[in-house]
Amino acid sequence: MHSNSGIRAPYTQVASWLEEIGQPLLELRAKEAEALFRRIGITFAVYGEGGDPERLIPFDLIPRVIGASEWARLSQGIEQRAKALNAFLYDVYHRREILRAGRIPAELVIQNLAFVPEMIGFDPPGKVYSHIVGIDLVRTGEDDWQVLEDNCRTPSGVSYMLENREIMARMFPDLFGEGAVRAVDGYPDDLRRTLEEVAPPACRQDPQVVVLTPGPFNSAYYEHSFLADLMGVDLVEPRDLRVRDGRVWRRTTKGLEIVDVIYRRIDDDFLDPLAFRSDSALGVPGLMNVYLSGGVTLCSAPGSGVADDKAIYTYVPEMIDFYLGEKPILDTVPTYKCAEPDALSYTLENLADLVVKEVDGSGGYGMLIGPRATEKEVAAYRKRLEADPAGFIAQPTLDLSTAPTFTGGKIAGRHVDLRPYCLVGREVRLTPGGLTRVAMREGSLVVNSSQGGGVKDTWVLAGDAPHGGGA
Amino acid sequence: MTDPIRLSIRHVTRYAYEPQAVAAVMRLRLFPSGYEGQTVESWQVTANDQPIEPNFTDAAGVKEALWSCDGGISEVEVIAEGIVVRRQDQGVVRGLKERAPAELFLRTTDLTATDTAIKDLASAARRSDTLETLHSLSASVRDAVEYKPASTNMATSAAAALEQGAGVCQDHAHVFIAAARSLGIPARYVAGYYVAGEGDDLTETHGWAEAFVEGLGWVGFDIANRTCPTQDHVRLICHLDAGRAAPVIGAIEGYAEETLTASVAIGQAQQ
Repeated sequence: MHSNSGIRAPYTQVASWLEEIGQPLLELRAKEAEALFRRIGITFAVYGEGGDPERLIPFDLIPRVIGASEWARLSQGIEQRAKALNAFLYDVYHRREILRAGRIPAELVIQNLAFVPEMIGFDPPGKVYSHIVGIDLVRTGEDDWQVLEDNCRTPSGVSYMLENREIMARMFPDLFGEGAVRAVDGYPDDLRRTLEEVAPPACRQDPQVVVLTPGPFNSAYYEHSFLADLMGVDLVEPRDLRVRDGRVWRRTTKGLEIVDVIYRRIDDDFLDPLAFRSDSALGVPGLMNVYLSGGVTLCSAPGSGVADDKAIYTYVPEMIDFYLGEKPILDTVPTYKCAEPDALSYTLENLADLVVKEVDGSGGYGMLIGPRATEKEVAAYRKRLEADPAGFIAQPTLDLSTAPTFTGGKIAGRHVDLRPYCLVGREVRLTPGGLTRVAMREGSLVVNSSQGGGVKDTWVLAGDAPHGGGA
Repeated sequence: MTDPIRLSIRHVTRYAYEPQAVAAVMRLRLFPSGYEGQTVESWQVTANDQPIEPNFTDAAGVKEALWSCDGGISEVEVIAEGIVVRRQDQGVVRGLKERAPAELFLRTTDLTATDTAIKDLASAARRSDTLETLHSLSASVRDAVEYKPASTNMATSAAAALEQGAGVCQDHAHVFIAAARSLGIPARYVAGYYVAGEGDDLTETHGWAEAFVEGLGWVGFDIANRTCPTQDHVRLICHLDAGRAAPVIGAIEGYAEETLTASVAIGQAQQ
């Protein structure tokens, strides 16, 4: 929270609040917050990366604060990116102009396993593929934000954004009384509106929306049921749905009822055993046929993952230029694609200084953080990299910003990132806030919950605070 | 120039369920598409006597329909029948309406993954001209994999078939496809109908491959029969591999035991 001149302006209020309540009370409140979380039952792994399902994600009481003008710029950058990613998806499943123009290597897209051939030539309602775009950002300087990765399929964690605020409001009602912090509780309504806006051509009435979950054994089941509940729609499992007469139907106690829009939290491969994996016990037989013939809408569209592949990530600035004719507002981290010989030799020479990731990896697993790895770890990683260069990308180690965090009985700086959730329907909607993940271990750069990361409430201020002076 | 021939086709797929299934959903890709070498003169598909129309066409020009049924079901009988006119085209598929980029068919799948043996077979077949390479590859695949009914199943991979040196038309096509892709030539699996010669007892659909030749387009190779598709071949479906090119694929609700029988009758139509 400190800049060269002292406390960063947006944090002035938080700083005086911390001073006011004092350490002992903060400690007490932290324990209360943990008890509340346990009672509510949010104990799932944030990004579906497995691990102990009963594990509680550490919640840090000190909010992460973003000033109004800073958010204004960030939100423009996020919306720009969400539009470009959707335009890219429409293009690669239609005329493939960006590939023909040589701006992105065709094989990187067409051969990508996330590219779904069944989607070629299909027009999803509103030409929207990724209806919920989760963009992971880090602050690397006073006015510099960089995008770490895009999540175009079914980004999770939004229930934390809502719950973290709920807990904070319960524990510190005074903090929110003056309306200085922008509300995030409009998200479920916005999500529902977004989903209703992309009703399929066959829909003749008020669009009926459901949330499709793999079931209670899924690590994000809590979030699925939480969102369905807040939107006021039904939560269904694949076996609750069936296909008949070109439409999808939901079994209810009153008989079959039509379903228009499915917010699915199931991977492409498990949507329909007649179209994708026939060995899958999950899925709704015939769902893809109904989708492709306009009888139902799937959110996100199958094949959206081709836009958030780590190797495609480096080309998002190209997309922004190509489709929107704009300059990217948010920076991307310089990335070396190890599939390219020059990039590979650079990476191998500088392994100890770089962060290396698997192109299709997630959850912070399988990555190498050069500066923090032992010689032995670097050597082992070198072997993996040499065996399959195309499977990896490398990036410089970022100087991530830190945020004040209550840890071990005192307040100390810890590295954080931010995932806002951008909704794309007929309109683009962005809730002022997001999920802030924090690396609870000192010096750690990995914020993933599976790697000991925690979460914070994220405040977007309604107005710019006056510049704070002093310490 | 050989005269066009009219082929009369009747393809019956029958599922029996014991005990009865609660509900059934069938994805049917039983609608041959027309192109220069193939005209569909008349065609109809029924499931338990209900007529079925395709509800969309995929990127590779394959039409499909979905049929569903509830209530106790002890049998589903799907019949596809009609008359298709075939002209001599040397196996070149011209004028098919498709939107899929040829490079899509460079993608590898579980059934068509390459191994060292497949790569070696492919490089040995390489010639300076793509078409010659493909003919040479077709012959060497057929030499390396003996035709032996029931020696493999639907899940046998190209690598496994080549290793055991025996298989059926599907395996010949898979080895050819894997090898062609390893040379950077797009290749795909085709399921269709075939008028077998005397002594052959082909009573089901047949499988072959198509490879993409720059300047010519998609060219068929019936590796099992050491030929390019002739007027005896009727093209039905194409996809990345046989697993994704099943003409009929179904799912049921309930715990029934399923028995599948299929038969294809094909011959020159009476005038």
